Amino acid sequence: MTLKVDNLQVWYRTMRGDVQALDGVSFSVGDGELVGLAGESGCGKSTLGKSLVRLDGRMRHVGGTVELDGKELPIGDSERMNGFRFKEVSIIPQYAMSAMNPTRRIGRMVAELLESRGVRFEGGQLDELLRRLELVGLDPEVLDRYPIELSGGMKQRMVMVISTLLNPSLLVADEVTSALDVSNQKAVAEALVDFRDRDYVKSTILITHDLSLAYQVADSIIVMYAGKLAEKAPTDSVVTAPRHPYTRMLIGALPEVGVRYDTKRLTGIPGSPPSLLDPPTGCRFRDRCPLAFEKCVEQPPFLEVAPDHAVACWKAF
Amino acid sequence: MLRLDHVSKNYRVGTFGGRELAAVRDVSLQVEPGQVVSLIGESGSGKSTIGRMILRLTAVTSGTITFDGTDVAGLTGSRLRAYYGNVQGVFQDPFSCYNPIFKADRVLELLREPYFAGLDGRQWRAKVEGSLEAVRLDPGQVLGKYPHQLSGGQLQRMLVARALLLDIRLLVADEVISMLDASTRVDVLNLLGDLKARGLGILFITHDLSLGNYISDTAVILHRGEIVETGATELVFGDPQHPYTRSLLASVPQLHRKWVRDERRRVSEPAGEGCG
Amino acid sequence: MIRGRNEFLYFAGRNRKLVAGLAVVTGFLVVAAVGPALTDHGPNDYVGPASQPPSAAFWFGTTTFGQDVFAQFTHGLRSTFLVGVLGGGLAGLIGMLIGFTAGYRGGAVDEVLNMVTNVILVIPTLAVLLIVAAYLRVRGVIPEAIFIGLTSWPWVARAVRAQTFSLRSRDFVDLARLSGAGGRDIIVREVAPNMSSYLLMTGILLFGGAVLLAATLDFIGLGPTSGMSLGLMMNNAVLWSALQLGMWWWFVPPGLGITAIVGSLYIMNVGLDEVFNPKLRKL
Repeated sequence: MTLKVDNLQVWYRTMRGDVQALDGVSFSVGDGELVGLAGESGCGKSTLGKSLVRLDGRMRHVGGTVELDGKELPIGDSERMNGFRFKEVSIIPQYAMSAMNPTRRIGRMVAELLESRGVRFEGGQLDELLRRLELVGLDPEVLDRYPIELSGGMKQRMVMVISTLLNPSLLVADEVTSALDVSNQKAVAEALVDFRDRDYVKSTILITHDLSLAYQVADSIIVMYAGKLAEKAPTDSVVTAPRHPYTRMLIGALPEVGVRYDTKRLTGIPGSPPSLLDPPTGCRFRDRCPLAFEKCVEQPPFLEVAPDHAVACWKAF
Repeated sequence: MLRLDHVSKNYRVGTFGGRELAAVRDVSLQVEPGQVVSLIGESGSGKSTIGRMILRLTAVTSGTITFDGTDVAGLTGSRLRAYYGNVQGVFQDPFSCYNPIFKADRVLELLREPYFAGLDGRQWRAKVEGSLEAVRLDPGQVLGKYPHQLSGGQLQRMLVARALLLDIRLLVADEVISMLDASTRVDVLNLLGDLKARGLGILFITHDLSLGNYISDTAVILHRGEIVETGATELVFGDPQHPYTRSLLASVPQLHRKWVRDERRRVSEPAGEGCG
Repeated sequence: MIRGRNEFLYFAGRNRKLVAGLAVVTGFLVVAAVGPALTDHGPNDYVGPASQPPSAAFWFGTTTFGQDVFAQFTHGLRSTFLVGVLGGGLAGLIGMLIGFTAGYRGGAVDEVLNMVTNVILVIPTLAVLLIVAAYLRVRGVIPEAIFIGLTSWPWVARAVRAQTFSLRSRDFVDLARLSGAGGRDIIVREVAPNMSSYLLMTGILLFGGAVLLAATLDFIGLGPTSGMSLGLMMNNAVLWSALQLGMWWWFVPPGLGITAIVGSLYIMNVGLDEVFNPKLRKL
């Protein structure tokens, strides 16, 4: 499958005006690729993930197109998107594990969900479900339990299985590991890779604020800043040879085991991201960028500087 | 300075309070001036409970907590206030620590009457500005604003400034940076490192090993309420002895080092007591 | 996210239920304040021909005894508002006191206060009132208000207790404790202000409830022995067969008045809920 996003613009309606959450984002995801979408809070990564599946009430599709396998996705029209959701594009939303109906046994919930999509839950489907539960390390009897009886990690894996039951082409996983403990994080992230390896999903977009987590499982990483893409490259290139100053400073601010305050002081990035209500012209990072120069008042395009490696920075061209 | 001796905390759970849950089991540790002790554990390990017991927000079931030799459990009234003049805490969610209907600097104002009643307006303002500058905040930018107008990093630093106003000797920092962005986390961590250099003792509670490794002298690894390993940070992280510590280190995602994939095995976990 | 007081006022002005309800109640309040001055006779004075329908001289007509229904109505409104404020206010005070204490302290104190609340809740107020009425030969508005206040507070206590429980475990309360603040200070300065919208709505409900309860008591004859109130008007109307005699002007105004006031108060509350709760708003 292929996903092509072209100049996507999605805005939020608020009392104080329109927040330009996604301002002209273009990229593509290849068949079988696990892309890590990394960025800090407010950069628009969650908005991007959500806009590929379902725009919520406050979001507005202002411009740009999304093409899945050559077909244009009607992301602005929730009714028409209904035909694509769950079957071609699926999402594991943030806080999904807290969103399971607490008064339903899980098996019953899955059955109702499938029936609402027009799929009969019996025979072959049930076997497939059990097979997948075993893949992620869950006991079949979990279907007879209520959500409150499961731990956080188990709930998250359950939600992953449910979201991928109909083998969607594209899976969007929004912060699926943030609320979990370290050991569960590893299990859930590895389960995502397993799903791709077993062909349950074709491609995955993993949205996370944790760059090190993306490094562990993603094939390529996209770094976002203030509603625009900053850099996209294969994982190793992003981590060992980042071209965008923001990516470089971000990596420089991550404490690692083995790095101590008295031996090597890390520095953060001073300042804070610009408000997206009235974004500044030109490169949005220039107020905080140590490399900023006169050309930065003009927004740099997101261009390829090396095979598969695209950056939006005048200094990188 | 701070000493925990065989401290335990039990909760009654279940319908009609039939069962007992041991949140903290027989924990003993010490914090000296100018020393940073990292209390590392996953959720359910009891680390926050220990922090709350030290801050007298939760009662101890058994064992003693002493500060400079005095048992903190029995303190009330003015002696408790004096204790809070020496020991303060900063918590995880900067936005929830501020009463949303008031201005942010109210957290500093709240200390004026109990501790600084003798100061006049000018002296008080000078003291406040001094504290804010010590945490590298610009008084002009943060005074007089509401919490939602400031960033998470600024709010956390203001909470540290509040603690510094009192000239404390021990700071309990409970997950203080987990809700901050990566780019601002390091600034707050560096601030804590600077304070440690000036003689402040810090109990740094976290679930993130890399953070614990960055500034702490001693590491205490907590698992289900018990201490499984403790010692100098370089030793605990460099050569972990306990299998839990080893598995924790192996599961932490790190840049420049990929995970080792486990072979498929059934993961059997007990159903958690409430959410994680 | 709160943008200060302005956000509430902005939404309050736009909310039709709130504005309409407030207008109706204010209208009646004005009538209660100004009305009695418009007539130069008392509500029980025999001033006109008996059983007259509304006319230019007597806007609401007269009763079987020739009393001015309009004068009765305006005096009755005053009494109604008075009982509402006093009774509702007393109930609110007791309920909040008990609710905050039980919610904040927890433990044994909470258990005891809960028991007290439950006991008052299950006492059949009407039965008690009948007994009290049998002993008190003369009853006034103040005792009626006190009685209403002493019996209407349990649900307030329950609700305030529940809210206090949840607010008390919030981080900013912990921070206040770390600043050396005592229980009472924390409740007054941290907890109550966060519940201010809820307390306002509770106050409105108590006011409406007190008005309704007073009208009910007056209607069955357990109200004040002197003075006039809307419920008493309806009581009299029934006693003197106004319905059968077709004297609609005697019972329709008080009935409509009570319905309009209490109904508007409840609608105001629904509107206030929308103003305070961002999720219920339509942008």
